[in-house]
Amino acid sequence: MGIMNFTGIVLKNLFSKPATRLYPFEPQQYKERTRGHVENNIDECIFCGMCQRKCPTGAITVNRENKTWQIERMNCVQCACCVKNCPKKCLSMGKEYTTPDTVKVVDTLQKILTPEEIAAEEAAKKAQQEKIAAAMAAKKAAEEAAKENA
Amino acid sequence: MATRSIVPFGPQHPVLPEPIHLDLVIEDEKVVEAIPSIGFVHRGLESLVSKREFTEYAYIAERICGICSFMHGASYCDAVERIMGVELPDRAKYLRTIWAELSRIHSHLLWLGLLADAFGFESLFMHSWRIREKILDMLEESTGGRCIFSVNTIGGVLKDIDDDMMKGFLTELDKVESDVRAMTATFLSDATVINRLRGVGVLTKEQAHEFGATGPFMRASGIERDMRQLGYYAYKDLDIEPIVSNEGDSYARCEVRIKEIFQSIDLIRQAAEKVPAGEIAVPIKGNPDGEAFVRVEQPRGEAFYYVKADGTKFIDRFRVRTPTFANIPAMLEVLKGCDYADVPIMVLTIDPCISCTER
Amino acid sequence: MTDGEIKVITPDSLLNETMKLHEEGWRLVQICARALKDGEGNEITYSFGDELILGNLRLTVKPDEPLNSISHIYPTAYFYENEMHDLFGIDVQMMTVDFGGHFYKIGAETPFKK
Repeated sequence: MGIMNFTGIVLKNLFSKPATRLYPFEPQQYKERTRGHVENNIDECIFCGMCQRKCPTGAITVNRENKTWQIERMNCVQCACCVKNCPKKCLSMGKEYTTPDTVKVVDTLQKILTPEEIAAEEAAKKAQQEKIAAAMAAKKAAEEAAKENA
Repeated sequence: MATRSIVPFGPQHPVLPEPIHLDLVIEDEKVVEAIPSIGFVHRGLESLVSKREFTEYAYIAERICGICSFMHGASYCDAVERIMGVELPDRAKYLRTIWAELSRIHSHLLWLGLLADAFGFESLFMHSWRIREKILDMLEESTGGRCIFSVNTIGGVLKDIDDDMMKGFLTELDKVESDVRAMTATFLSDATVINRLRGVGVLTKEQAHEFGATGPFMRASGIERDMRQLGYYAYKDLDIEPIVSNEGDSYARCEVRIKEIFQSIDLIRQAAEKVPAGEIAVPIKGNPDGEAFVRVEQPRGEAFYYVKADGTKFIDRFRVRTPTFANIPAMLEVLKGCDYADVPIMVLTIDPCISCTER
Repeated sequence: MTDGEIKVITPDSLLNETMKLHEEGWRLVQICARALKDGEGNEITYSFGDELILGNLRLTVKPDEPLNSISHIYPTAYFYENEMHDLFGIDVQMMTVDFGGHFYKIGAETPFKK
């Protein structure tokens, strides 16, 4: 049993720099791999919905119709599962953490399409509608033919 | 006969960060019996396994506990890998070992701090946590998370530790070692600490066996058993000698944990020397079908995992038996006959983690 | 028992088998219940350890069929048995400490039951 065992640590502590940061004045230095929050490069996003399906907490909602990508920041657990599974690699992890808040923060990203993209999409939609109409017509014709045969 | 009274202890208690409730039957300041009651933070994570794909559940398994998180995730992956017959690349095994040992150091330092806080040595508590911060920095640098790493996946690990980083870790570990050594003198030979811990809450070897204690709690009572001897991950290539003490009191538990910090530092050095180059993950295909038992040595003791899969994307049953679950009955035995003032120390010396006990 | 062995037994022989293991010096590692599909009852695995060896006993109980407690042989078993009772609704009889369904403070009754 000894006494004055702690003196060494106390003296060292007295003559060395503080172990802590002067918090609000000295910002946090994040490590390179720190997973803070999910970022989405919305221009490259194709709204496939893979992140929504893979998210363990169900924090992400993808709307293909409105071209929106939504994340509930307080539900996200920063596991980077969506980043790993993104087929276009447009998701990434940012370093800063979501700041504390009194309400549940929901971030919504909206993809704004260029006129060419809108035209391309409309053309694709039109082509698809035409395809459906053609298929319907063919089906109808086949049914009528079957009726006539009967 | 002296009058008996019942004193409720917890779930909110100044020295206890964990939500456990004990009804202490007291007779003249002596505890006669303790009746536990847990279940304040049951989250149903075992049940969630049937609602999430088995690859995603690795992230959820890790969040069972905030301190031994890495081993929960790694063991879940290990169990699924055993069912699927996936052989991990050697490098992944070594990386898992290194992270597991780093988590052990940070868990034990956290516990040392809490113990110092419980017997009223505030500055020792601060110093324990100051050292722990260095370990957390290493973990953040290599995995991206301080306590919850999300680096495990079925078939390997997601992040690599390159040579430069490893070299940095080893120099940092040297500093950690000398810091912990400086602190050890206070923990193991200071009069104030010894008076508070020596002879308090003795668990005999027979009791430890009878009541199924695990981990440092059991090893402090003289039973030589460490699940790392099973040789999972890369432990089969490393030298492991279980650290044992024969006293069985609170002081012995403190001593065992401090020695385990040095053992873990040594294991990381051994692993860093032997880590082979190569792949860190192998691709998997198909769904698991079958069952597996996995036992690992967590900082708090032996943890048991059972996975039963039925060939679909969703696993049928995932069971976790955490070390604290096994240690509580032995703790109740220790509490019988102790002073009321020693109850917080005794509850703390099993290193309780109630949130992971209840899943 | 050899390492990792699963010995299938009937609920009637549970106490005999457990007693035998206890005399041989095995310790109780855990008790795990698993709900079988379509109300076929529950499958219960008792794991025992001898140093580093793990041996298991496995039995199936039908729904509403009572099961004997082993807490008189292994004093720590009441923890697992109360858990099984609360989560799976298994009727375990003669427990040394019976929490009467208040082991876990949860809203739903027997949430793991299928």
